[in-house]
Amino acid sequence: MKKLTRRDFLAAGGTASVAALAAGCSFGTGQQKAAGSGGSKSVTIWDISTGDQQKLIKNTVARFDSTHKDISVSVQFFQNDPYKNKLRTAMGAGNPPDIFFGWGGGILKSYVDAGKVYALPQGSIDTNKFFPSVMRPVTFNGKVYGVPMLGTQPVLFYYNKEIFGKYNLKPPKTWSELLSIVKTLSQKGITPISLAGQNKWPDLMYEEYLVNRIGGPKPFQNVLDKKPKAWSDPAFIKANTMIQQLVSMKAFPSNFASLNYDTGQSTQLLYTGKAAMQLMGAWDYQAILSNAPQFIKSGKLGWFPFPKVEGGKGNPQNVAGNLTNYYSVTQASKAKKAAVTFLSKGIMNDYEINGLIKIGLVPPVKGIQSKLKQQKDSDWLLFVYDLAQNAPYYDLSWDQALPARAAQALLTNLDLLFLKKITPQQFSKNMNKAMGL
Amino acid sequence: MSGRLSWSISLMLLPAVAFFVVFALGPMIAAVYISLLDWNGISTPHWVGFGNWAKAFTDSVTLHSIFLTVQVMVLSWIVQTPISLLLGVFLAGRQRYRALLGVFYFLPLLFSAVAIGLIWASSMLSANGALNSLLQAIGASSLTNDWLGNPNIALYAVIAVIAWQFIPFHTLLYQAGTRQIPQVLYEAARIDGAGTLQQFFYITLPQLKYTVVTSTILMLTGSLTYFDVIYVMTGGGPGYATRTLPLQMYITAFQDAQIGYGSAIAVILAVVGVLLSLIMIRLTGFGRMESQAEGL
Repeated sequence: MKKLTRRDFLAAGGTASVAALAAGCSFGTGQQKAAGSGGSKSVTIWDISTGDQQKLIKNTVARFDSTHKDISVSVQFFQNDPYKNKLRTAMGAGNPPDIFFGWGGGILKSYVDAGKVYALPQGSIDTNKFFPSVMRPVTFNGKVYGVPMLGTQPVLFYYNKEIFGKYNLKPPKTWSELLSIVKTLSQKGITPISLAGQNKWPDLMYEEYLVNRIGGPKPFQNVLDKKPKAWSDPAFIKANTMIQQLVSMKAFPSNFASLNYDTGQSTQLLYTGKAAMQLMGAWDYQAILSNAPQFIKSGKLGWFPFPKVEGGKGNPQNVAGNLTNYYSVTQASKAKKAAVTFLSKGIMNDYEINGLIKIGLVPPVKGIQSKLKQQKDSDWLLFVYDLAQNAPYYDLSWDQALPARAAQALLTNLDLLFLKKITPQQFSKNMNKAMGL
Repeated sequence: MSGRLSWSISLMLLPAVAFFVVFALGPMIAAVYISLLDWNGISTPHWVGFGNWAKAFTDSVTLHSIFLTVQVMVLSWIVQTPISLLLGVFLAGRQRYRALLGVFYFLPLLFSAVAIGLIWASSMLSANGALNSLLQAIGASSLTNDWLGNPNIALYAVIAVIAWQFIPFHTLLYQAGTRQIPQVLYEAARIDGAGTLQQFFYITLPQLKYTVVTSTILMLTGSLTYFDVIYVMTGGGPGYATRTLPLQMYITAFQDAQIGYGSAIAVILAVVGVLLSLIMIRLTGFGRMESQAEGL
């Protein structure tokens, strides 16, 4: 769930984030409607978008505000980590905003379970216009608790076409093809795959994909359903064995454990030609675009979906990643009706959809191919769109799908697994224990 | 003045006492109360009595973090004390070049901990950072390492950076302490024919006894609160390699959303800190505060 800001940190210029980190800054936009228009009709939004996204959201809100005489909407922006604590505190203390930004999944569910989130009235939102997969993490017990408001960000492999061309390599379709590429490249002295191990969540992407390719969505669903010993499923053991094999083959940089995605270290290896590939979310495209535009313009950046695993049960078209971000309405809001009106009419309308596409994001909305085709980056946009739309199963990043304490244990144990400090069997044991399964 | 406080003086104390109760005592009592709950910060809390406390003393991660904290404490003392003592005594001299040197020694004291952590992590200790480049330049490539990414080394790298950050402060203490020593002692020693080393071991060191105690208490209790530098440099990783007790508290309470359990760890930290300074004061006779300048 930190990924969005990570990308935005980069877009905003990397180290500037340090100052913002200390300040935990927030600032409001949107003007107050004249007094007397009724306090119950004023809607406050908390958001964490930065850069171009923030501009787009401000404009979207201002546009709605000026066309709705009876509703006054204002949006406040926060830094990612302070935001999470602030939201939790405000929810606990009973003074949250009317609409809040979120990721769906485990965290949202914990708010729903605590009775803090308003179930959107049936029929108030046209959920049919979105990919069905993105509505899943905001739907609990048949009720909808959030509306998509940003682009979809599946995880995929990026690669350096120049390096692949030089050694006559083709994007791999299967895991064994990937392994043979890794072997070839490391013999030539090129780091095969960049990995920001310090952040830990990039490790998770391998775990999510491999488990899904080997065993389908079932093994992780068992974890979410708290089935006994769910982490001991053979799919986890096999995936983790394959991960450690990859580490043993020196697929990753020797210093991967201290490489940081936030400061651009891992992506830099890709566009400077020191590493040939990186598994990363769709947000990395913007990061490369802002840090090394020439790399994309000269056609050196390529991409391919996570390869299929031979003999695996999972559909090779399944994807994992950040489905999208959502706006939800709080139970404590005094202007729920106005808030729902904003969610149904104010966002994901043509204005916002066009705006998102213009800044290189793919809204999880059906039937927008023709719009994407007209863009400069259309081959990239269409690839992401097809990847997300054609996926029979779209796996929400596990650190967001799980409740907070399980997510932290998962990231730490993956860290140990990649460092070969624990075996795949110990990993399963630790995770069963951490979740009381 | 008599031992009793007059009415007017008590009245003047009132604002300070009120602030202390509201902003120091209140939260402490609240933390003790919360430590008895199972609470994720938003849902209805459940009373678990001493469940969190029992967990703190059986949870292998917390026990490991206690062990790390003790390790940081002991190693920090062993590294920082001799260096700051020697630097402090050296800088206590009055020559002008020493004042100039002093300014350089004290520079780390002027930086914020977050800045220190970021600079060390990104430009010094990273795999292509200054330290590794230096090692390669002097032909010691075999010694290069992924300092913060190697679980066997990360803790020592962190301790080294903490030492770099705090040695100036303790040097300042020792410099002040040394300057307090009456010059007559050294004059007498010189007349008796004592050399520099003898003067150091028989006058300076014994006279600095209480400075050592003060500095040690600050170092040991300070070790319990080192958070910012470690958090910025490693976030407690790789794995659990640098997750000391303060980090374990923060991660548990705010990242794992186990506010009750995190509060129990926080209370343990506070209690250990108070006990540690009490024991130090007892053992060293610091509380009696007898004069060291008797007969002068």
